[in-house]
Amino acid sequence: MENMQYDTIVIGGGPAGLAAARSAWENGLRSILIIERDRYLGGILNQCIHNGFGLHHFKEELTGPEYADRFISLVKETGIEVMTDTMVLDVTPEHDVYVSNSKGFEILHAKSVILAMGCRERTRDSVGIAGTRPAGVYTAGSAQLYMNILGYSVGKRVVVRGTGDIGLIMARRMKLEGAEVLACIGASDHPDGLARNVNQCLEDYDIPLLLRHTITEIRGKDRVEQVVAMQVDEHRNVIPGTEKVFDCDTLLLSIGLIPENELSKKAGIPLDDRTSGAVVYENNETMVPGVFACGNVLHVHDLVDFVTEESIRAGKSAAEYVLGGGKQGGEPLKIANGDNVKYTVPMMAHLDKLEKNLEIFFRVKKMFGENSRIVVTQGDRQVASFKRPYMASSKMEKIRIPVKLLADVSPEGGPLVVSAVEEGGGANA
Amino acid sequence: MYDILIIGCGVSGASCAYMLSRYDLKIAVVDKSNDVANGTTKANSAIIHAGYDPAPETQMARLNVRGTELAKEIAENLDVPCINCGSLVLAFDEADLEHVRKLYERGCANGVPGLKILNAEELHEMEPEISAEAVGALHAPSSCIINPWEYCLAMAETAVVNGAELFLNREVTGIDYRDGRFVVETTDGTFEAKHVISATGVYSDKVRSLVETPTYKIVPTRGQYFLLDKDEGKRVSHTVFQCPNEKGKGVLVSPTVDGNLIVGPDANVGECEDTSTDKAGLDAIRAAARKSVPDINFRMNIKNFAGVRANSDHDDFVIERSGTFPGFIDIACVKSPGLTAAPAIAEQVVGMLAEDGLELKEKEQFINSRKRPRIEKSDAEMRKKLIEENPLYGRIICRCENVTEGEIVAALHAPIPPTTINGVKRRVGSGMGRCQGGFCTPKIHEIISRELGIDMLDICLEEPGSEILKYRSKNNKEG
Repeated sequence: MENMQYDTIVIGGGPAGLAAARSAWENGLRSILIIERDRYLGGILNQCIHNGFGLHHFKEELTGPEYADRFISLVKETGIEVMTDTMVLDVTPEHDVYVSNSKGFEILHAKSVILAMGCRERTRDSVGIAGTRPAGVYTAGSAQLYMNILGYSVGKRVVVRGTGDIGLIMARRMKLEGAEVLACIGASDHPDGLARNVNQCLEDYDIPLLLRHTITEIRGKDRVEQVVAMQVDEHRNVIPGTEKVFDCDTLLLSIGLIPENELSKKAGIPLDDRTSGAVVYENNETMVPGVFACGNVLHVHDLVDFVTEESIRAGKSAAEYVLGGGKQGGEPLKIANGDNVKYTVPMMAHLDKLEKNLEIFFRVKKMFGENSRIVVTQGDRQVASFKRPYMASSKMEKIRIPVKLLADVSPEGGPLVVSAVEEGGGANA
Repeated sequence: MYDILIIGCGVSGASCAYMLSRYDLKIAVVDKSNDVANGTTKANSAIIHAGYDPAPETQMARLNVRGTELAKEIAENLDVPCINCGSLVLAFDEADLEHVRKLYERGCANGVPGLKILNAEELHEMEPEISAEAVGALHAPSSCIINPWEYCLAMAETAVVNGAELFLNREVTGIDYRDGRFVVETTDGTFEAKHVISATGVYSDKVRSLVETPTYKIVPTRGQYFLLDKDEGKRVSHTVFQCPNEKGKGVLVSPTVDGNLIVGPDANVGECEDTSTDKAGLDAIRAAARKSVPDINFRMNIKNFAGVRANSDHDDFVIERSGTFPGFIDIACVKSPGLTAAPAIAEQVVGMLAEDGLELKEKEQFINSRKRPRIEKSDAEMRKKLIEENPLYGRIICRCENVTEGEIVAALHAPIPPTTINGVKRRVGSGMGRCQGGFCTPKIHEIISRELGIDMLDICLEEPGSEILKYRSKNNKEG
């Protein structure tokens, strides 16, 4: 089969891939291919039939399929090619993309590649829940697919482990389908999901929330019969003698998402231990030239709206890369996480390539109340400061540093450090 | 009436069926489970042992070494993944070195080829990730890693292809001998046979007691494991043991044929059915494994599981005729190295049947080959050719292990079709990877339903009672 040449190949047809492809088109690329492994575009949004999407990007409240449909329409009105039901098996640093589908196996070549493969769910084994291995233990996403796409319910008496958004939404979904939801269990001292989901999914449906607990054991030979929850201390160690036994037939797990970077690894792209995604510059380019990453494959987002925003930038950057003949920026500035900050995206920035702002996504390590601040420093010098009324580890934060504040910043001055502090707080705050 | 009825289709029963199916005999195999290889065979270390452990002159020593030879031959003929990676037994101090020397002598006496005692330098050159604390090791180049359930399945399938009849979902409830024949009652039908072979693993004493008081006592011993991501699969290139103790061969660290890393087992005396894992045991295994290979990253664990081995009050395997009804042959107390010895045990059983006057006439046409499509292992040209022949070979269903719909459909129409999610998993490797079936289970569920005409609600994860789904949505009614 002949080698086809694309300006960019977008791997993944979920919200990230769709927005990136559309943006690449708007920024001048004309030979664009989206490769999607499922039969339909839209990615995980297709099974997220609840509302709450689009409040930032579209300023209105949409369901997941509606949000996806907006972008599918935006892609369809362009000349972007789409290949569904197709799996990418390999990507090389030279932008060769190996694909398999029912029509064949071929190697495509592109001037740039945008990685938008999304993430996968943690399983019981990645957190080491002991016990038997019966039917009835599902990730929240699998249960959601069975329920919303295939029309089946996985259980009648359900315990949900994890208080992230998917867990909260599935707790409500199971209840709406007539199941009894015995508890939604989380290990930290506050729920991990958005506050509005705690209200609308648990409180409105009288689903008990059990914090500072974890599931330690699953019982039942063929089908789940019981799960055992135990209290944990602030270091997440279980406290002996605190067993609570739930008689249930189902355990849903919503215990975290992992960016799916198997292809990135094959392409030789360095990954960041903190995010499990690629190390990227300010324009979403990875350390392999011409390969960009956006959406949940880069770092796990809470809101699809932010995925969209990030992916628009990745698409634009890919267009600039292709149309500019692959020109690279100068010496990059390093960006580091300081006090109370878990990670930053990007991890590096080319100051000479910035337009108006340097945009940084990050998460804080703990809950911050009123009068908290985000402080950006280089060495002893404060570069910028941002007020925040509230911050929590479950909520992704974003800052935009205007280019004019970076006038005196140079890569030689050391890393730009992003920290979170309580207002007026000194070292003891 | 059957010439032979084999009870149990784990690796011992399947080996017997395979070895006997080359002869002109009417053979039935019954198993209580809904699939073959569903007991000890599916959850163990997956090692073909070299044979330096058993005491010389024992039946176990002879059958182990012969079993290793046969395993390589059978794996080759029947397309079973088997890699001759060799093994190491590490020594950490003078007492261990003494033990290693003893194993070396035993191995030589047992006829194990190529044994060598390595000093620390040779060891670390061979395996750089082994702990610096290790002072030497026994190297046994003949040991292998294998896919144990495919090994069992391949032999069972070949037996079926050659005319043996397999009856699943039948638990044996009674065995009688009258009018010169055995009458075997099961939960679904009665079987009559001239000879009966019991290969029932952890249940062998229970089955034997249907005939007479057993001469042994099974001590079911649960062993837990970690299976780590393929990113950890290259920590070691050999199966790495520590010096054994009274409980077993100790914690091993080994690559698997699929490229993962397996770590385990421990030994907990318990019940036949108990395949649960416990945190304390897993923590202990983790610590023990780090003694051998300090840098194993257990955060890359993708699955914990436990298997129950048929340990017993005997040191050796029990392969004997019933005292009451001599036509009943009992294969029991098959602990490690049982997976290795299985085909050699079957050879011995065939010999016993011949002594008992069973006529062994070779079939004119014995099919001694098996092939299954393995798309992930195919090169680009082969892939293209296969997809051209069958477009389903282009559709990836399991994205972690790159298993195609074509391979799943082929398995569902093979001589022994699976009916469960885990049955498909054992045949094609779907759901074995990082996401543990999170993405592909619903798809495989639909494919099983479509290909076999089973209602979605009736499809199980494993044994009956493990249905995945509870009800159609908008339809939460009892019954």
